[in-house]
Amino acid sequence: MYPILEARWLAPEVKLFRLQAPLIARKQKPGQFVIVRVHERGERIPLTIADAEADSITLIVQGVGKTTKLLNTLEAGQRVLDVVGPLGRPSEIHRYGTAVVIGGGVGTAIAYPTARALKRAGNRVLAIIGGRTRSLVILERELRGFCDAVHVTTDDGSHGEKGLVTAPLQRLVNGPDRPDFVLAIGPIPMMRAVAEVTRPHGIKTMVSLNPIMVDGTGMCGGCRVVVGGKTFFACVDGPEFDAHQVDFQILAARNAMYREAEQRALAEFRAQAHPPEECRLTRAHPELAPLAAS
Amino acid sequence: MDAANPLPLKERMRLPRQRMPEQAPEARRENFAEVNLGLDAALARQEALRCLQCKSHQCFTGCPVGVKIKDFIALVLRGDYLAAAAKIREDNVLPAITGRVCPQEEQCEGRCILGKNGEPLAIGYLERFVADYERRVGQVGLPVKAPPTGKRVAVIGSGPAGLSAAGDLVQRGHAVTVLEALHELGGVLIYGIPEFRLPKQIVHEEIENLRRLGVEFRTNVVVGRTVTVDELLGPEGYHAVFIATGAGLPVFLNIPGEHLCGVYSANEFLTRVNLMRANEFPAWDEPIYDCRGRDVAVIGGGNTAMDAVRTALRLGAATATIVYRRSEAEMPARVEEIKHAREEGVRFLTLANPVAFLGDERGWLRAIRCQRMALGEPDASGRRRPQPIPDSAFEIPAQVAVVAVGNRGNPLVQATTPDLKTNPLGYIEADPETLKTSKRGVFAGGDIVTGGATVILAMGAGRRAAQAIDRYLRTGEW
Repeated sequence: MYPILEARWLAPEVKLFRLQAPLIARKQKPGQFVIVRVHERGERIPLTIADAEADSITLIVQGVGKTTKLLNTLEAGQRVLDVVGPLGRPSEIHRYGTAVVIGGGVGTAIAYPTARALKRAGNRVLAIIGGRTRSLVILERELRGFCDAVHVTTDDGSHGEKGLVTAPLQRLVNGPDRPDFVLAIGPIPMMRAVAEVTRPHGIKTMVSLNPIMVDGTGMCGGCRVVVGGKTFFACVDGPEFDAHQVDFQILAARNAMYREAEQRALAEFRAQAHPPEECRLTRAHPELAPLAAS
Repeated sequence: MDAANPLPLKERMRLPRQRMPEQAPEARRENFAEVNLGLDAALARQEALRCLQCKSHQCFTGCPVGVKIKDFIALVLRGDYLAAAAKIREDNVLPAITGRVCPQEEQCEGRCILGKNGEPLAIGYLERFVADYERRVGQVGLPVKAPPTGKRVAVIGSGPAGLSAAGDLVQRGHAVTVLEALHELGGVLIYGIPEFRLPKQIVHEEIENLRRLGVEFRTNVVVGRTVTVDELLGPEGYHAVFIATGAGLPVFLNIPGEHLCGVYSANEFLTRVNLMRANEFPAWDEPIYDCRGRDVAVIGGGNTAMDAVRTALRLGAATATIVYRRSEAEMPARVEEIKHAREEGVRFLTLANPVAFLGDERGWLRAIRCQRMALGEPDASGRRRPQPIPDSAFEIPAQVAVVAVGNRGNPLVQATTPDLKTNPLGYIEADPETLKTSKRGVFAGGDIVTGGATVILAMGAGRRAAQAIDRYLRTGEW
């Protein structure tokens, strides 16, 4: 059991957890992940480590399906059943020169520790972070703390520049500040778009892939991805790969493999988590129940 | 001891071998409950009466862990089933498991003298009977432990090799910690072998017995990631390490379409069901692709392939087919498993080799293109080599395919232990007798050394390792 030391919302559906996990905290490096199981009948899901202190690790969780939404109901003082790691290979940190770190949505949380490591390695680090809307842009303040520049984009223009993360990237690539290295972490379409911006310029670009995993140790092969025409297991060979070599189409198709089951599990979870009879108002005032149901 | 048997030898040899009571095929293919139901006391006695108690007791030499078989059989005849179980436990820490999954026909029973002119003694059935009796009455006769030696051993992996070594080492007075990467203990006994062949409750109970013996277990520790072998031998304070991580890196066929949705490794397919209980989705969270009404093809002819194809039937597959490139005679699976599979309605497509997985426009598997094979000259394994017949391609419909053609060595431990010698397939090099690796204080055994083999061979390796580790810890000699 892994005690939750701290839990707070960063954005709608996005929650930060600090978990007591001394063995993992001691070992983890930027880019690595853990596998988490929330309850006795729970599935195993991979989550990238966003930060670590002496005895604790930080996870930033976006509630998308049943397991992540269930995890996000937990508060400080409660425990997570199973946490194993650190898994995967750490990010390759070199002194590239100018490094651009791109985070889309909760991908920013994954890119964050690598961005800091790149800075510590002596790079000029520029961050581009984006989200659908202002409230979904996370870690901006933390990144401004050490990055040489931070560009923000939102789909609706509610914060920063209206548009996609690829627009500021395109300007950097065309401008005098041409990056020597790009790391992009976010939704598959975003990572694919970033790869297409840097490809013609031959700029080394890495992406962190998020295929479906079970054990996370190379045993099941469910997380296989195609990179440069060859098969790799993201859990032991990745999760970071050369963006220009990744077959994003296969990744997207495989990640949709359990969509029906996921939607069913989520619907049942929602029905259980907020059953009408559990409504606090109607529990206190049963006479209102017929009103609430209608 | 033979006084317990009232029958003269000639009459013993006339007794027929008892049949294992089973769930009927049409019923069991619908459920995950155990297929073999076990002998009752009357049947067990009837079977034990067949034992000739011969001096040569070849059965004993055929057992990879050296169970004193004729002694335990004599105790069965006396009706002292607990003593019989305790006799097995002197050499085998997991009798309820081996009684179910050992290939006895190649080992003890394969050497039984009764087999020369008839059917061998059903040693496996009897082992299972006494182990189950012991479990039922709840009086497991734990072996006596030697006084503490003050030495600590880390065992990496809680599968059969690790458990067997842990049981022997703790009896010799060493402090043993078993480190397991998954959240549940048991390794392949839990994630690999299905419930209908080995109920998980039995694995849990055998592990509980080891815990009562004093073995410490830690889950969620991935050696090579959470901690390294060097750290175990250094700051963590262990005096020896036994690597028993199994052959956990699935081999794929390396043919087009292997990334289509619906194509699984046997490890993943079985892990989703056995460890994660995907067959009980959504009561359990982990899903598996809904096999109901679909055509499932399993590629391979070993026990894992049989486990996968029979699991597919139980998940509601419309058709479940074994696709194997040689003929049935060459299949490495146990005869019993092939028989059970066929009874349940599994189809066998032999002398057929998949050459491509074919998908639809959404990236889902729809068919497998195969080619016909013919058997040529024997290869290195002694089996006749399959060769493709030109222009013989054909397609079989399949929406789910499970690749069960073996494993390679999982690299996590080796990659972080540079002075550990491995072979080109990724397996650790270890002395076959002492199981010593190239690194002082580090031993390795089971599938991570031999490649995919059986539960009992892994357990045998665990025993030999325990002996060698004990010697090393007592003498300090490498």
